[in-house]
Amino acid sequence: MNSDTKTTGGPTPGGPADFETAAASGPRAVAAFDDHHHGFGYRIQHSLHQTPSLVPLVVLVLSIAVFGLLLGSKFFSPFALTLILQQVQIVGIVAAAQSVVILTAGIDLSVGAIMVLSSVVMGQFTFRYGLPVEISIVCGLLCGTLCGYINGFLVAVVKLPPFIVTLGMWQIVLAANFLYSANETIRSQDISSTAPLLQFFGNKVNVGGAVFTYGVIFMVLLVLVLAYALRQTAWGRHVYAVGDDPEAAKLSGVQVKKTLISVYMLSGLICAFAGWAMIGRIGSVSPTSGQLANIESITAVVIGGISLFGGRGSVLGTLFGALIVGVFTLGLRLLGADAQWTYLLIGLLIIAAVAVDQWIRKVSV
Amino acid sequence: MDQKGIGVMEPVLQARNLVKRYGRVVAMDHTDFELYPGEILGVIGDNGAGKSTLIKALSGAVQPDSGEILLDGKPVHFTSPIDAREAGIETVYQTLAMSPALSITDNMFMGREIRKPGFRGKWLRQLDRRKMEEIARDKLNELGLLTIQNINQAVETLSGGQRQGVAVARAATFGSKVVIMDEPTAALGVKESRRVLELIKDVRARGLPIVLISHNMPHVFEVADRIHIHRLGQRACVIRPADFSMSDAVAIMTGAMDPPESRAA
Repeated sequence: MNSDTKTTGGPTPGGPADFETAAASGPRAVAAFDDHHHGFGYRIQHSLHQTPSLVPLVVLVLSIAVFGLLLGSKFFSPFALTLILQQVQIVGIVAAAQSVVILTAGIDLSVGAIMVLSSVVMGQFTFRYGLPVEISIVCGLLCGTLCGYINGFLVAVVKLPPFIVTLGMWQIVLAANFLYSANETIRSQDISSTAPLLQFFGNKVNVGGAVFTYGVIFMVLLVLVLAYALRQTAWGRHVYAVGDDPEAAKLSGVQVKKTLISVYMLSGLICAFAGWAMIGRIGSVSPTSGQLANIESITAVVIGGISLFGGRGSVLGTLFGALIVGVFTLGLRLLGADAQWTYLLIGLLIIAAVAVDQWIRKVSV
Repeated sequence: MDQKGIGVMEPVLQARNLVKRYGRVVAMDHTDFELYPGEILGVIGDNGAGKSTLIKALSGAVQPDSGEILLDGKPVHFTSPIDAREAGIETVYQTLAMSPALSITDNMFMGREIRKPGFRGKWLRQLDRRKMEEIARDKLNELGLLTIQNINQAVETLSGGQRQGVAVARAATFGSKVVIMDEPTAALGVKESRRVLELIKDVRARGLPIVLISHNMPHVFEVADRIHIHRLGQRACVIRPADFSMSDAVAIMTGAMDPPESRAA
């Protein structure tokens, strides 16, 4: 390791090529972050890029305004508006779970099935085994979390595609639900006489003409808590990073597997809560309820502006997305339109939402 | 940097006799490596010479079959890039390892976020955004990476050079011992490359030794204090850019010319 090298015959030291020196005379700042003035469209694109829930919020406000103008006080009343909240509460809760999963560039097709199985566990444990209702509810919540853990393990550790894993789990959980419950419904009267806690989320608070069920309040609180966790905690930032680019997240020191498993477990737990809320909503425990929850939750997420490719969007947008669907459903029904019009318009909204998402992504180009 | 007593000083990062086999292919064949305090060490080698395996071993991404790695003279065993990072070795990957949709601050602190003090940090796990933004802004400033108007802008809205700048700033902020840079100018235009090279010199001026892997000979010859030439899974030699021409270096790299006597300059 001597410091003088024997030169074996290099005549001249190689200097940088000429274009290098020419370039060196350019401005010296390594990275100038200048905000050039761009057109109106560019600025809209940028603000949407930073606040992706703006689109669904605008659509929501507009649709409430349009139906309000068309229907007057029949629609634009505290009662009708809070009725929308009650109608979307289950889908809203499930969609909140779906949002977190989709932010990781995954998808959870088993949300509806996990919700139903959890509600059946809560009901059957109380009525078939005579367990105290509190214990049964905890068992139901654990059941949902466990299903979520299995999803998360298969996605994060076995590295199977989320679509396939949750497609399989959907069938498995739904079949388990029918086998276990023997397709038996627990009647509403039985529940309210012996285990009213199961219908907890059906309790109502009246403010003027507005009616808020505990389920609605839970949905709103859940969305706020998730919004906080996703925005203000390291876990939330990791969820976005994993959805954005898992390889980059891993190299930056994010524990990708742990984050993914926690996300699917959280999704399972929230779905179990949705199952509990569903007992409050329909009164009974029915193994055939909630069949469309997976598709409806994905619809709310997509209309809410969360990218199916992961890493972009906010859970507030999902709440707006669920409410947009609720507004269209109730508004068109009050107008006396065929229910198919609702589906047609929702279909249009889904495609428009994805088109907007693609446009926002181009902001970097 | 010349004649500053290299050879007397103890290397910051050293590897001895590293061997790595993939099946019957020997990617590293008893290779050595030394990085001294305060220097930029260029690492060049033909494709398939095994330089990326060497770099991966130093940054924890690959575990050598045998041989040892010493950091400040003490043996270390990295089982993941996180291990190496915790030991003070930061790597700027060619892919930059950033989340494009997240902000500059989010990316700089990814995986080592700062939480607020007290109840809000401990129980509500709230991040101390203001503090992280302040540190990020300071670091970018120090490296002359500013006029940043919006530290919260998404990384994907930055140009290639700016992204590279943020990645280098992240490494310089957290790297306490060594910064490894893998092809930092490969994806950049002439002007942006120029600026990144200046940035690399700035990092050296702040006392951090740098391992610079690059295919770009003019860039390596311009900024490197010494150049490690890799050939056939081994270190062929270490040269000083002042003593050799680029064509000599290429000749040594490809085997057209015998490496000079001394194995390490």
